Amino acid sequence: MEKIRVKGFGFAYQGGSVALENINLSVMRNEILGIMGPAQSGKSTLLRCLNRMVDALPGTSRKGSITLDGADIFSGEIDPDDLRRRVGMVFDVPVPLPRSIYENVAYGPKLHGVRGRKKLDELVEFGLRSAILWDEVKDRLGTSALRLSGGQQQRLCIARTLALDPEVILLDEPCSGLDPISTLKIEEALSELKSKYTIIIVTNNTKQAARVSDKAAYFLMGELVEYGRTKQIFTVPRDRRTDDYISGRFG
Amino acid sequence: MEKLIEKGLLVIAYSSIAILFIITFFIFKEGLPFIFREGLGTILGGVEWRPTKGEFGILPMVVGSLLVTGGALVIGVPLGLSCAVFLVEFSKPKVRRILKPAIELLAGIPSVVYGFLGVILLVPLIRVHLGGPGLSLLAGSIILGIMILPTIISISIDVLEAVPQSYREGSIALGATTTQTVSMVVLKAARSGIVTAVILGMGRAIGETMAVIMVTGNAVAFPGSILDSIRTLTSNIGIELAYASGDHQEALFATGVVLFVMIMVLNLVASMTRKKRIR
Repeated sequence: MEKIRVKGFGFAYQGGSVALENINLSVMRNEILGIMGPAQSGKSTLLRCLNRMVDALPGTSRKGSITLDGADIFSGEIDPDDLRRRVGMVFDVPVPLPRSIYENVAYGPKLHGVRGRKKLDELVEFGLRSAILWDEVKDRLGTSALRLSGGQQQRLCIARTLALDPEVILLDEPCSGLDPISTLKIEEALSELKSKYTIIIVTNNTKQAARVSDKAAYFLMGELVEYGRTKQIFTVPRDRRTDDYISGRFG
Repeated sequence: MEKLIEKGLLVIAYSSIAILFIITFFIFKEGLPFIFREGLGTILGGVEWRPTKGEFGILPMVVGSLLVTGGALVIGVPLGLSCAVFLVEFSKPKVRRILKPAIELLAGIPSVVYGFLGVILLVPLIRVHLGGPGLSLLAGSIILGIMILPTIISISIDVLEAVPQSYREGSIALGATTTQTVSMVVLKAARSGIVTAVILGMGRAIGETMAVIMVTGNAVAFPGSILDSIRTLTSNIGIELAYASGDHQEALFATGVVLFVMIMVLNLVASMTRKKRIR
């Protein structure tokens, strides 16, 4: 079933600098889409459009449409705060809030009106378990989240997104600052999460895209160069530029 | 030549510190013997101030200073903090670029002008609409509340701007509205800095003299309500030092010592909270 459809989508920042041009792609439910591309290729911009994080920027313009379950996310019917609950986001640099581990995960549910210690406890445990962090922190939920290691912080950020019971999870280079073991743990968490959520992951690491994604997309200078099954893209890419990038001949 | 400039600057740097020490030494030299002679308890605890009859109780003035400072904070902190929050979180950068310097200009207005405005505008308003003499604790609190606004606003703006943008993004990405993000994340992260802003504002309020002399009525008594007249420690010195002599003069210096210690303690607390934030 189709979860997200991006149709003829274009986006420009203030001053008219075009970040995305005529993007067409779709993501199925319970599927992981890996987005690859060099810096400035527009991949993070697309992610930030998908949950309307770009709303805060002044002077932007866009074309085309993005639909979630068939509804245009930029139309008036969809409340951006509610959209961001349904479409969670994890950033490249883990940014736990300067509070306890527990508070970090409980923050989102509290915002959306979940009250009662027991219910929050359950959500916190659920989030931390799903992000494969529970066993490491269950005895010190009250300590500051800033004391965790980088990899743990990033899994905490995934946990707090999951505690909101989202439908889609966007990850913007979630492993860029992490060591291989932390990266492995996050990838493990992702493949488990796939059964319940739709996941879009932006990555600089082509090997990571090959490992975790079902479909892959290659962006270059705001253009979607190639999009298809990960297997096909990594074995018989249709576009020479994609071939150059994944085989390391880029630039 | 290089050596000469270096030495010259050294002398200038040390002399400014020396001036600070001389002032401190002088206040304590004049005030301390009197405190020891009369006893700290009788001065701080005494309720009667009759310099001509040898009664030097400054308790009503300590209370007056604390009340008017507290009143200034009650008025100035919510106003100043909301203003800073608006400018940093809700307004366009352009608006902030114009308004912030304008607010800082407020700090440059001489206090006698604030006092003058208070006497001409505020005091009659209070007298007519609320009763009492008009020259009152309330008038002093309002004027001081306005005077500490620039301190509180400009420090709060700096503190709020220093909160990493990523905290806001993280919160927004979890579906929080801007208001929720500000109240639950930004203000919490900026808490110690805001405390510093409040304490510095408090230091300014407690030390202010001219405007307070002009609008508070200067009666040495415990106020029964916010519409009653009060006298602060600073007013006491400001009003009487010109004609005081002997014991009376020493008593005023003792008042200065008490004020000095109060302000020192405040500054100490302020720098301690700031250090905590850096850690």
